[in-house]
This record gives sequence, structure tokens and C-alpha cells, in this order.
Amino acid sequence: MLRNSLFLIVLAAFAVIAFTLVNAWHPAESLSPVAEHYATNGPTEVGAANLVTAVVVTYRGFDTLGEVTILFVTAAIIGFFLSLFHSESPEQTDRLMPASEILSTASKLLIPFMLVLGIYVFVNGHLTPGGGFQGGAIIASAFVLLLLADPLSKLNHRIIAMVESVSGVAFVLIGLLGIFLAGGFLDNRILDLGTFGALLSAGVIPLLYIFIGLKVGSELTNIIGHLQQTQKNR
Amino acid sequence: MIYLIISIVLGIIILIMAFIALYHRNLKVAILSAGVVSLFASILYLLLDAPDVALTEAAIGSGLTTIIFFYVLNKIQRNDAEK
Repeated sequence: MLRNSLFLIVLAAFAVIAFTLVNAWHPAESLSPVAEHYATNGPTEVGAANLVTAVVVTYRGFDTLGEVTILFVTAAIIGFFLSLFHSESPEQTDRLMPASEILSTASKLLIPFMLVLGIYVFVNGHLTPGGGFQGGAIIASAFVLLLLADPLSKLNHRIIAMVESVSGVAFVLIGLLGIFLAGGFLDNRILDLGTFGALLSAGVIPLLYIFIGLKVGSELTNIIGHLQQTQKNR
Repeated sequence: MIYLIISIVLGIIILIMAFIALYHRNLKVAILSAGVVSLFASILYLLLDAPDVALTEAAIGSGLTTIIFFYVLNKIQRNDAEK
């Protein structure tokens, strides 16, 4: 009884807090000062036609570096624990059901297009919606399709790890170059800003997004590959 | 106006699918409906003029996460069967 009344009191207190929060909220009628600065000065300062990319890669580039690092740590931990509890035995995969005709044929047709779409998305990240993360995820889904169509195929983890570490190091190096050649860490004005809206514009953003895309794609592919290889048969 | 109606319908579908994902007894159905939640959420983001978020949600939320859930479900069931 006492516990129930305590719960009720806590619930009532939360209701009061939530009500005051909701009651005090009113929709913003103008952009906040930071958002206004990005919206008005973004095109001239960064030169990216896609303003979201300008914020993600340049204004908030440090956050993106943090996100990529978190993804890297996650992939490393998943790989570590899966290989820790998984004993290599060759007969595990020989009773696997083959994929259906439709899936294997469709995957052969679709995988090249998916890879090209992923590369397109991160190369054009400063012009059209999308960017490194989205393109990397699309590339990883191409590899998922490959693994679904042919479960026995093994991804080469050495190449994946190499692509990942090279692009991660390149990302940080370009960021550090920004300190010496431009305004600060991850500043994109190392290279010329170019014409607004062209493929080779917005300074170093296309280069950065290529590395982010490769890094995210290889990390997600790595996770999927580890999960695939440690599956057991009944 | 038409966008408003589509958004409301999408929101209702998302709520139903989220309910199924939480309470369905068959875990495979639950995982699939969680993927459908992400798929419709990405369409909703597109209608709300956030194509960047929609791309991420479609690729990671409904694609990769569903596959990873299925792999993990497979592992868990095998481990249960062994015991």
C-alpha cells in the first residue's frame, strides 16, 4: 500500500514536470542564431550545395569524427567477442541450404548497381542528399546481399581492415592539415572552394566523404561478415 | 493536404507495427515488423523534407539492423537448443 502510494506520488510529480514542459513549449518563429548563421553563411563559407553536409562535415566535423570512432569501436568489440566464443571447425558450413535461384540470380544483377549507388551517394554527398554514412551503409547492404545469396563465400577481412584503417588515418590527417593550411581542425578550405554546385567543389569535403564512406562501409561489412562466419548449423 | 493524410496513415501503420514488434510471440514476425517501422519512418522523413535522415533510416534501420537481428536470433536459438 505504502509502495503503491509512493509510485503514485512519483507519477504525479512526473506528470507535473511533463505538463509544465509541454505547456511552456511554443514553436520557434525564427531560426536560432546558430542555425541562422549556418543557413546564411554556409554556402559562401563552405561552398556545399547540400547544407546538411556543410554542417555535418565542416561545422560539426568533430562530431562526425566521434561517430566514426564509436562505430569503429563497436565493430572491433563485436569482432573480438564473436571470435572469442567461436571455435573454428570446418564442417560447420557444409550442410548449409543453398540460396534460391531467384535470390542468387538477382544478387548477381543487383550487387554492382548497389555498389555504384553507394559510391555515388558518398561522392555526391556535398551536392545531393546523403553522404558518407548513407553511402557506406548502402555498400554494406550490397555485401549483405552477397552473403545471403552465397552463404559459403568468405569476406577477406584483411582487405576490409586495411581499407578501414587507411581511410580512418586519412580522415584524421586531412583534419590535421586543416589546422596548418586553413582555419582549424577539419576545415574544408585546404583546397579551392570551386564553383558552387560542381562535383569538385566545397574544398576537401568530397575527399573526406569518400574516406568516411569507405570507413563506414568496411566497418558495417566487417560486423556482418563476423556474424555470418560464426553462424552454426542445426 | 494529401501529404497530411499520407503522414497520418503512415503514423498509424508505424504504431501498429511497433505494437506487433513488442507483443508478438513469434520473434521473426517481431523483427520483420520492427524493420517495417523503420521503412515507413523513412518515408515519413522524406515527406518531412529530411532526405538525408530518410536515406540513413532506410539503409541502416530497415536493412542492416533487421539482418543483424536475424543473425543474432539464429545464434541465440542455436545456443538454447544446445542446452
